[in-house]
Amino acid sequence: MKRTILSLAFICCLAISAYSQKYLTKSAHLSFFSKTKLENIEAHSRQATSALNIETGDLVFKVGMTTFQFEKALMQEHFNEKYVESEKYPEAIFKGKITNLSEVNFKKDGTYKATVTGDLTLHGVTKKVTTTGTITVAGGKISAVAAFPVLIKDYNISIPNAVKDNISETVEVKVDATYSPL
Amino acid sequence: MNLFKLALLTFALSWAASVPVMAQEDDLLDLLNAQTDSAKANTIEYTYATFKTTRIISGQSIEIPAPGVMQFLIGHRFGTFKDGWRGLFGLDRANIRFAFEYGFTPWLAVGFGRSSADKMYDGSIKLKLLRQSTGKRKIPLTIGLYASGAIHSMEWTNPDRNNYFTSRMSYAFSLMIARKFNKGFSLQLTPTVAHQNLVPDKTFNNTVFAMGAGARQMVSKSLSINAEVFYLIPGQLPETYQSTYSIGIDLETGGHVFQFMITNARGMVEQYFVPRETQRWRDGDIQIGFNINRVFTVANYEKMQQRKAARKEKKS
Repeated sequence: MKRTILSLAFICCLAISAYSQKYLTKSAHLSFFSKTKLENIEAHSRQATSALNIETGDLVFKVGMTTFQFEKALMQEHFNEKYVESEKYPEAIFKGKITNLSEVNFKKDGTYKATVTGDLTLHGVTKKVTTTGTITVAGGKISAVAAFPVLIKDYNISIPNAVKDNISETVEVKVDATYSPL
Repeated sequence: MNLFKLALLTFALSWAASVPVMAQEDDLLDLLNAQTDSAKANTIEYTYATFKTTRIISGQSIEIPAPGVMQFLIGHRFGTFKDGWRGLFGLDRANIRFAFEYGFTPWLAVGFGRSSADKMYDGSIKLKLLRQSTGKRKIPLTIGLYASGAIHSMEWTNPDRNNYFTSRMSYAFSLMIARKFNKGFSLQLTPTVAHQNLVPDKTFNNTVFAMGAGARQMVSKSLSINAEVFYLIPGQLPETYQSTYSIGIDLETGGHVFQFMITNARGMVEQYFVPRETQRWRDGDIQIGFNINRVFTVANYEKMQQRKAARKEKKS
């Protein structure tokens, strides 16, 4: 009997401690937009994964490049084959931290401004990215929304002259993730 | 055990258990890696861009226009180099074909074309029976079937005799077996049968078989070198009829794929370039030519699928 109680207690502790720290999503929504006079391009992936540690503020994102869906099939093919070279660099990864963790109360329902700094690895190149996003805590679920610009040149992605006017030099990346406790 | 002890133990255990979860970024990343690995194993990732467009050079490639995409194709095969400087090495004259192809699903497309050679109208259907993929379903090859029927609109060569409409008809069937070996190199075997309802005389077979093969090697992100052969199995036609050999490049810009080639094939449909070619490379009887492929997205397949799913959900 004692042993049962003990092990039950242990399991409870395990569950509670894990429950309270790590949050995960397998269906984060990442999108990016390129606006030029000639053409607007947007792509969406709803298969990005992300994990958040509310204790340390650590935040990671990972997305398979081939999961981005474009309006035009040819754009998608060019994106994968020529620009981000998905076969060589199959995924993009962001490793970062919430820097103003003290201002975000994950235990209490509410909306908080959060500043995130970290390294974005895309097309084999890693660069620092800082952005401010919004974190919403509601009934045990955590949602995060953020946007930041990415200068294509920074990541050694070269755009052929023929389509230079169709693709903007800076694309706006948007992140929308709803986490569940692990 | 009293309650106090239990509480203490619980606290100690909870602390102990929380230590390994005091995660660093890399732990979180490991977590994601485990997620994506299992996701990868559960999704099928289809190979894309085995070839750049729906033709390798003159013959069909395994590619079809993406669902909801209309492809307009215009092809020229100029006169032979033997026309010399007076005929600007063949550029003074050309065979022309234009065609529209439309993709209905990721595995079905139809086409319609018109060639100046034989004033021929052709309609075709192209199916992918198997698609090269990794992940949940590992398939090493893409296999497709191409079927085409054509009607020529030339005046009868012997108007005096009883001519049947069916004599204008011809057919072609290709089986396409392709593999993208890596980012830059793809290979395809294309056994092809062409059937003409009417042939000049008994020395011609109505049904002619050719073994086709084609390859693509990318040399830069926008440029690839292609080669194609349709080997005519001997004994089916008089000896003047030839296999065709072509070499060319694919040059890709935004929405266009330009294909330039040197070839001894004058026709741009199987019904023509399999049983009707008489020019030989070794005689210098070759010509330059081009295909221009332009795609137009006319329907958003993704949205169509979503709407379809929504309708299904409503019903049930």
